[in-house]
Amino acid sequence: MTAARRLHVDGVAFWSPTLPGWPAARAALRDAADGTAPTALDTPVAPARRPAPALLAANERRRAPDSVLLALEVASAATADAGHDAGDLASVFTSAHGDLPIIDALCTTLAADPLLLSPTRFHHSVHNAASGYWAIASGSRAASTALAAYEYSFAAGLLEAAAVCAADGVPVLLVAGDTAAVGGLASTNRSRGLLALALVLSPRPGPRSRWQLDWQLQAGHAAAPPLRSAAARKLADNAMADAMPFAEALAAGAAATLALPLGPALHLALDLQLHAPPPRQPAAT
Amino acid sequence: MTLPARLSPVALVAQALVCAAGVGLPALARALQANRSALTRNTFSRVPLDCWIGRVEGLETSPLPDALAAWDCRATRLAWTGLQADGFLAHAQAAVRQHGAARVGLVLGTSASTIGVSEQAYRELDDQGRFPARLRSEQLNTPHALALFVQAALGLQGPSVTVSTACSSSAKAFAVAERWLRLDLADAVVVGGVDALCESVLFGFNALGLVSPDPCRPFGAGRSGISVGEAAGYALLRRGAGEVQLLGHGESNDAHHMSSPHPQGLGAERALDDALARAGVAAAEIEYLNLHGTASLRNDEVEAALVARRYGPRVHASATKGVTGHTMGAAGIVEALVCLLALQGGWRAGSANTAPPDPALGPAFAQQLRLAPTRQTTTLAASHSFGFGGNNCVLVFGRGPS
Repeated sequence: MTAARRLHVDGVAFWSPTLPGWPAARAALRDAADGTAPTALDTPVAPARRPAPALLAANERRRAPDSVLLALEVASAATADAGHDAGDLASVFTSAHGDLPIIDALCTTLAADPLLLSPTRFHHSVHNAASGYWAIASGSRAASTALAAYEYSFAAGLLEAAAVCAADGVPVLLVAGDTAAVGGLASTNRSRGLLALALVLSPRPGPRSRWQLDWQLQAGHAAAPPLRSAAARKLADNAMADAMPFAEALAAGAAATLALPLGPALHLALDLQLHAPPPRQPAAT
Repeated sequence: MTLPARLSPVALVAQALVCAAGVGLPALARALQANRSALTRNTFSRVPLDCWIGRVEGLETSPLPDALAAWDCRATRLAWTGLQADGFLAHAQAAVRQHGAARVGLVLGTSASTIGVSEQAYRELDDQGRFPARLRSEQLNTPHALALFVQAALGLQGPSVTVSTACSSSAKAFAVAERWLRLDLADAVVVGGVDALCESVLFGFNALGLVSPDPCRPFGAGRSGISVGEAAGYALLRRGAGEVQLLGHGESNDAHHMSSPHPQGLGAERALDDALARAGVAAAEIEYLNLHGTASLRNDEVEAALVARRYGPRVHASATKGVTGHTMGAAGIVEALVCLLALQGGWRAGSANTAPPDPALGPAFAQQLRLAPTRQTTTLAASHSFGFGGNNCVLVFGRGPS
């Protein structure tokens, strides 16, 4: 439909309680359709309840809501992986529902006594809380946005990050994550567990570029790609699960084409190619 | 950091608005020309809160049509009232016929979206702590709900996304839409901003000590905080020249604090620099500026210093939240439409409720801030939106060749 555009994936990060970090996730998500066993990690990773991003001081970590911890964890890991200067990186934060435990607490207080609402709870409830905390932590004054697109939130976030990358010719940090519905919300909202994926996308190939990604919008229905690994299927009840086919494709470490739905009659067509490893630089003398 | 390249203009081919001043953009125009506040005493919240609000009358008694009834709530009623205003529905449907549904995108800015539904459900949880059956809809209790509703109401199938960056949401929606058009991801884009009154926002800002007991007085002496309002605004954007054009946009983050602005306004200034660079104009050339002007003590101080430092002494700067209230995620598009009124109508809005202005904001700003509307043609206008979480957006609009 539209001409394909090219970008490069320079950094990847992942976090869920059972797969806390990209090395663990990559190993588990390689559990391919051919039935080969997932690659074992040299050092098994213990499950964690919440991430503990080193960007925040211990007291800030205790107070920070799940969505902010998740976002900061994968945002800092992805920028470190990409070797980009986080201090001037544009960013796109996407989340289907924002911070569900905070919204549960906010609505509970409002139903009981609205005058007891705490200012901290309120500012944690805005959809751009993670974007704001990341800007403060990273010092980046570059454009930062916060998006939602219900069941297509990863694909819509990837589209926006790719669009900024293409339109302005700048690298972009994409942070996608969702939390678990609790309390009354759990009766209507199906999101469970914690899941976050971050990518650093670049308009030009660089020394850390690991994948080349061609993308284009296409009209027409596309079914969500089936999940190939047991590890990904275990995360399918999180609202950011539309990120899992892409995470599996990255983990597989091979060329792949994917169609990520953006709506009932629109999808993002992706063509992922591995970059050849950069030639080894002669050692400086 | 390098400045962005100049953009090709994008035309605003249709627009619509509902706000406290009434249904339709002419209703806001009349209130602005009379410099008349549309704020009323808060009778919205169940628990009394001594403040003023910009409330749209009649939403309680105008349910959605049957075909859209599954979406019925205050925020979607507001969104629907806006779509029907100013002939917008027909313009959007014509764009769908002309370009095909998959080539018409939607970018909707909202801060609170349909959270009013969740608030109500929590007041009516059943004995097992569950939402009452009629409100137990996942699609209705999520930030993207309003965009899903507008997509359904207009029959759009192009890219659709919700921007939720507090008070800059619907200003940033213009930036997203411009990129989609530039990259040929769509042939037309509906940009929207919708935020309805709800208790989270009223009591949230109250908890922060930012809600004024009096009608808000942007940049006024002795101002005491914001007045929350509600609105739904839309614009239909297309590539190419038009009578009114989006010339530039700039987005930034303060990287300073979640709920108070950078003391020197460095984030806001970066957004301004980017918007001017994309428009290919200098700050001194801007003739009409719609200020963010929330009437909170610190925000107005920082914004006044930025305007005094960067804009020309003859700029007509005005704040219109004294008329509409602070419509949160909708504020960006409401105030973009005030710029459009200046570009199209040959008059510039004043600053209702402001008099007397705060002398502490300095003599340079005092000369730039206009309290009364004036009759004057405008070819270049800008709008500031500086949101919670340090999220900033500046838009530049201009009169086109046609």
